[in-house]
Amino acid sequence: MKLIYTDSLVVGAGLAGLRVAIASKERGLDTLVLSLIPAKRSHSAAAQGGMQASLGNTVKGMGDDEDVHFQDTVKGSDWGCDQEVARMFAHCAPKAVRELANWGVPWTRVTKGPRDVVVNAQKVTIEEAEEAHGLINARDFGGTKKWRTCYTADGTGHSLLYAVDNKAISMDIPVHERIEALALIHDGSRCHGVVARCLITGELRAYIGKSTTIATGGYGRIYEVSTNAIICEGIGQALALETGVAKLGNMEAVQFHPTAIVPVGILTTEGCRGDGGLLRDKDGHRFMPDYEPEKKELASRDVVSRRMTEHIRKGKGVDSPYGPHLWLDITLLGRKHVETNLREVKEICENFLGIDPAKDWIPVRPTQHYSMGGIRTDATGQSPQLKGLFSVGEAACWDMHGFNRLGGNSLAETVVGGMIIGKYVADFCEQNTLEIDTALVDKFVTQVGSEIDDLLEGQGSESAFDIKREMQRIMMDYVGIFRNGPELQKAVEQLQALLLRSRNIGLSCKKRHANPELVEALRVKRMLKVALTVACGAEARNESRGAHAREDFPQRNDKDWLNRTLSSWPNHDATLPELDYEQLDVMKMELPPGYRGYGINNAIAHPDTEKRELQITEILSGLGEDADRYERQRAIMPFDVPPSLKERNERLHDKQLKSSQQLGDKS
Amino acid sequence: MSQGRTLTFNIFRYDPQEPGDKPKMVKYQLEEAPGMTVFIALNMLREKQDPSLQFDFVCRAGICGSCAMVINGYPTLACRTLTSKYPKGEITLMPLPGFELIGDLSVNTGKFMRELAERLKLWLHPKTDEIDIHRIEAPMAPEEAAKLYELERCVECGVCVSACATKQMRDTFVGAVGMMKIARFELDSRDARSVEDFYHVIGNQDGVFGCMTLLGCQDNCPKDLPHMQQIAYLRRKMATALV
Repeated sequence: MKLIYTDSLVVGAGLAGLRVAIASKERGLDTLVLSLIPAKRSHSAAAQGGMQASLGNTVKGMGDDEDVHFQDTVKGSDWGCDQEVARMFAHCAPKAVRELANWGVPWTRVTKGPRDVVVNAQKVTIEEAEEAHGLINARDFGGTKKWRTCYTADGTGHSLLYAVDNKAISMDIPVHERIEALALIHDGSRCHGVVARCLITGELRAYIGKSTTIATGGYGRIYEVSTNAIICEGIGQALALETGVAKLGNMEAVQFHPTAIVPVGILTTEGCRGDGGLLRDKDGHRFMPDYEPEKKELASRDVVSRRMTEHIRKGKGVDSPYGPHLWLDITLLGRKHVETNLREVKEICENFLGIDPAKDWIPVRPTQHYSMGGIRTDATGQSPQLKGLFSVGEAACWDMHGFNRLGGNSLAETVVGGMIIGKYVADFCEQNTLEIDTALVDKFVTQVGSEIDDLLEGQGSESAFDIKREMQRIMMDYVGIFRNGPELQKAVEQLQALLLRSRNIGLSCKKRHANPELVEALRVKRMLKVALTVACGAEARNESRGAHAREDFPQRNDKDWLNRTLSSWPNHDATLPELDYEQLDVMKMELPPGYRGYGINNAIAHPDTEKRELQITEILSGLGEDADRYERQRAIMPFDVPPSLKERNERLHDKQLKSSQQLGDKS
Repeated sequence: MSQGRTLTFNIFRYDPQEPGDKPKMVKYQLEEAPGMTVFIALNMLREKQDPSLQFDFVCRAGICGSCAMVINGYPTLACRTLTSKYPKGEITLMPLPGFELIGDLSVNTGKFMRELAERLKLWLHPKTDEIDIHRIEAPMAPEEAAKLYELERCVECGVCVSACATKQMRDTFVGAVGMMKIARFELDSRDARSVEDFYHVIGNQDGVFGCMTLLGCQDNCPKDLPHMQQIAYLRRKMATALV
């Protein structure tokens, strides 16, 4: 048995994992990253539109700050998020953007003077300030009060991933590529590393670390049609689940993106709508203003996806061999804009659809896109159940997204979360020793080894490929945009049956090394458990919140459901997860549950909401008039970040205020 | 779009880890579906006909650069290659040359790119370490940012390397991907390195002066990057740098 040890072990080499690795290495810790693929191929590269951070450089971002970003994020989450985490995040996002500029990201910059943009289908001219010239630009995204999404054309994820991976290379951080983690090594209370398999040689290895960080992304590929890369299969979540100890949070919170192309489900960025693109139906009618007169195409993603589905159900979809779709129209932006700011979209349209989006409409429909749920962590990114296990990025339920994530907040979460949690990971490594119990390690390696032996030598008759396809169909049909009790029950039953069948998978390719069929078999068994946490969580949650929309329970029920679903799998042989719930404490919220701003306000209030609102009013009136926004915030809901990230963010706006105040003093 | 055609795939098969295995071409047949890409076809072949078939895909959307292979003689991204592009319905798939073969159509471009990055130091060398992330960022000319992004769109797919005759003859040649990245950092006003510094890395036969201008890189680059323009630009810089 090959045993490799390090201080900070990171599983996943996308933006979140690499950022944690950099934070560990900066503190002089031995750091090692495992990845299924070369780091620069991670799914982070696919993020097109951008990263939210309240820099407030542009005229449409003037007045933006952490407070506004925080409020947008909490409302976007439909009050399902952890507000302290949302605060930590909003506070550190500008720092992360600026740090990335120092690492080489060529952020699109502001050009002073007049600029033509499309807002609500109208061409308007805005005037950018002289002093903002050359500072980082921002575009509009859904669900935000200000233009806050920093970007590099529509290749933001690509630029960020390359800059961060280059930084990691410059720091000599090793990435073991084509390695798949298959089990967490743990003793029931502390995590010690992973058992991993080399996808080239088939060799099993134990990687031991003081800390183990799971940054493996989301679980979109449990669905049939997803915008996710094909490696986003939820194995990170499954690893935590299979410990029987660590818990997953809010797995039923699955976001559908409004505009993936039909049929393949490749994403066209929200930047299309942010920059002024429109949604049209089979008659060419722009229908979003009918449903959401205020926010129109730029309502939150969950809202737009549901409105599109409703509209299709009314017979307004365009018929196609792949089912009905709608149109995304970006022709009004003009060829120059499409060929510079939306060129990835243009390439995708040309290569997969054979159309020119500067003159043709793009066939789109809502498609599985983002996993709000994941490995439940505390605010420092650590699993409350398994010490030494950290998780960050889409793999985690750190929980700044609650039940619906805003566009531009995921790319931001990867680097901001990595920046913050990376420091806590480093703290943990400094404060703890490496514990190597070779008998324990051996136990886990043997377990994975015999799982592989059974698959290769067994007489099973089920096909891993068939089971996977069946699972993906069930999730698509019964655990989709709109959900209801009977269908969810069907999903749970059918997934359970599949889980049983998966114990009888047989392989026709018997190679121990580089065997794609073996890889598929090992994954699908794990994916089924993840799928069951999603379906069971959705069946149990008798309300609608954010992306979780129950047709039979259309109200957001804060009275009974202002909580986080936790799922665990304590009994290895069981066919269902165990669910329990973690209450969100309204009395600790900075922003008590309220109206989100879409459709009718049908929420069932939490009994504490009114109490908390009164309390906040009292706190604020007790502060006096001199208190600035920082003091007011701190008085309502204090939050913590690592010391080196505590400093306030400077903005053009503050600088201008300060200089005008100074001028005033002189006169 | 052609429908219901039977496609014939000739696929290179070789498992270097299997003792005694010999490279060979194997023929597969498959019914074409509307909108079918080589990605879809290969997955169907693996699921239904031969589960041992090795190939790489990650994003399946032309974004990550994983799936480059030689299709009917040309290196390109398989995920966005529509089968309807081939009127005869015959598609020959070979792994990219110039890289370590993992098996069948899978090659180790990741290892190559990481080694290249380490060798050429392909990261930003900032002019100062004392940049305060809590303060307003340093401004950059909008045109410079746009130009940097244009050069940064490389996805490290390896097509330029496999399409380069010089690279095939001389393994130490850095290839278009390396030079494109150098050009990107040379242009970046935040980078501390001078032309002289870059000269030491690529001012030789393994760098800009080794290129034979056969245009394979530029002709095949799936991101349409201006490789020849950048190589010419670097050459001019190098040639005048030490005068």
